[in-house]
Amino acid sequence: MDKKQRREIIVKRIAKEFKDGDVVNLGIGMPTMVANYIPEEIDIVLQSENGFVGLGSAPMEGDEDKDLTNAGGQPVTIRKGGAFFDSATSFTIIRGGHVDATVLGALEVDEKGNLANWMIPGKMVPGMGGAMDLVSGAKKVILAMEHVSKDGSPKILKKCSLPLTAAEEVDLIVTDMAVIKVTEKGLLLKEIAFNTTVEEVQKNTQAKLIIDEDLKTFGE
Amino acid sequence: MLGKMVSVEQALSKLDHGQSFLIGGFLNVGTPEMLVSGILEKELKDLEIIGNDSGFPDRGVGELIANKRVRKVVATHIGTNPETGKQMHSGETEVVLVPQGTLAEQIRAGGAGLGGVLTATGIGTVVEKDKQVIEVDGKKFLLEKPITADVALIKAYKADKYGNLVYRKAARNFNPIMATAGKLVIAEAEEIVEAIDPDEVMTPGVFVDMVVRGEE
Repeated sequence: MDKKQRREIIVKRIAKEFKDGDVVNLGIGMPTMVANYIPEEIDIVLQSENGFVGLGSAPMEGDEDKDLTNAGGQPVTIRKGGAFFDSATSFTIIRGGHVDATVLGALEVDEKGNLANWMIPGKMVPGMGGAMDLVSGAKKVILAMEHVSKDGSPKILKKCSLPLTAAEEVDLIVTDMAVIKVTEKGLLLKEIAFNTTVEEVQKNTQAKLIIDEDLKTFGE
Repeated sequence: MLGKMVSVEQALSKLDHGQSFLIGGFLNVGTPEMLVSGILEKELKDLEIIGNDSGFPDRGVGELIANKRVRKVVATHIGTNPETGKQMHSGETEVVLVPQGTLAEQIRAGGAGLGGVLTATGIGTVVEKDKQVIEVDGKKFLLEKPITADVALIKAYKADKYGNLVYRKAARNFNPIMATAGKLVIAEAEEIVEAIDPDEVMTPGVFVDMVVRGEE
């Protein structure tokens, strides 16, 4: 599978995680793609940390509004019922526990649910933006990530080596190989992709996985 | 009442080298670009700028950094302006990275006369460094201190001569909070009206010292 197909499997699976009416914040990049796969019978409210709820799709060419972009600066639209507000209100929503779920990317995650996704010392220091607030404030933190890094090394580790975004806040990890729940006992392998095996998943995961008794497959 | 309307020149004449600036905007949406250009043309230097991000090298606040007018940047994200990262690594410019919600609340606290805020954001990360951890009912919080500045530069959609402001769409972002936390608050508005309906005012004019007409 190429990168595009792997990403599609990930975001399609994450799109099944929401209930009707959930307030959801999607990170920039792969997480944004989740919006395209939400089941028709489910209506979620997307929150944008630059100051609104009711985030809609990209406008038609020529209909862009200079005052209406997502948190990544791309032109977007606002849906009926949406609302604009200032940054303090935006983070009152995020930190006050009014966001049901957030989907973010990861550089590393570990068996305690620690997440590193905002910097690589000496290399990439873009800043945390709203990621630290989202990870510590959202009710459910879902990671959308490729199972291994470009060089094939595991990204799901015993212990994160990079500076953390937040400690022990991740709830669910969805990769192109597996759906893993973070539990008090460790990482629980709930589902594996249709084209892999439990052995393959464990081989590509540094942390020890607990296999769910009711293991399912996904991604067909 | 003479009102708070002034010319851009009058507003800029109040600014000086070395001052700290709260500058509204989020990736240049809601950034008072005319005032920022004015600072650039006035050749002010040694500035501290506080805002969501450091913009782009060729637009808005990013231009001040690219032109080496800035001594210190406080921001949540500098990834869109490679010049900020370069100057941070060379030690030319001090960069303090702050979680976005924390920055908003620090400025709100500054404007509201509070001694700071307690937040769980940053617990267990490098953000904790040198900060007081306070436990409330068994949960750990960081004490984040208030932020104020010499000047706040605000971008509004509509203003009236009383200094009342209305913002438009996602261009609101940090502007209303920053308008409370500058010793001198200058708002750049796309449109000036006689008086905004009191029910529609988003930032009451009591916070605003000067209003200049910006571009539409």
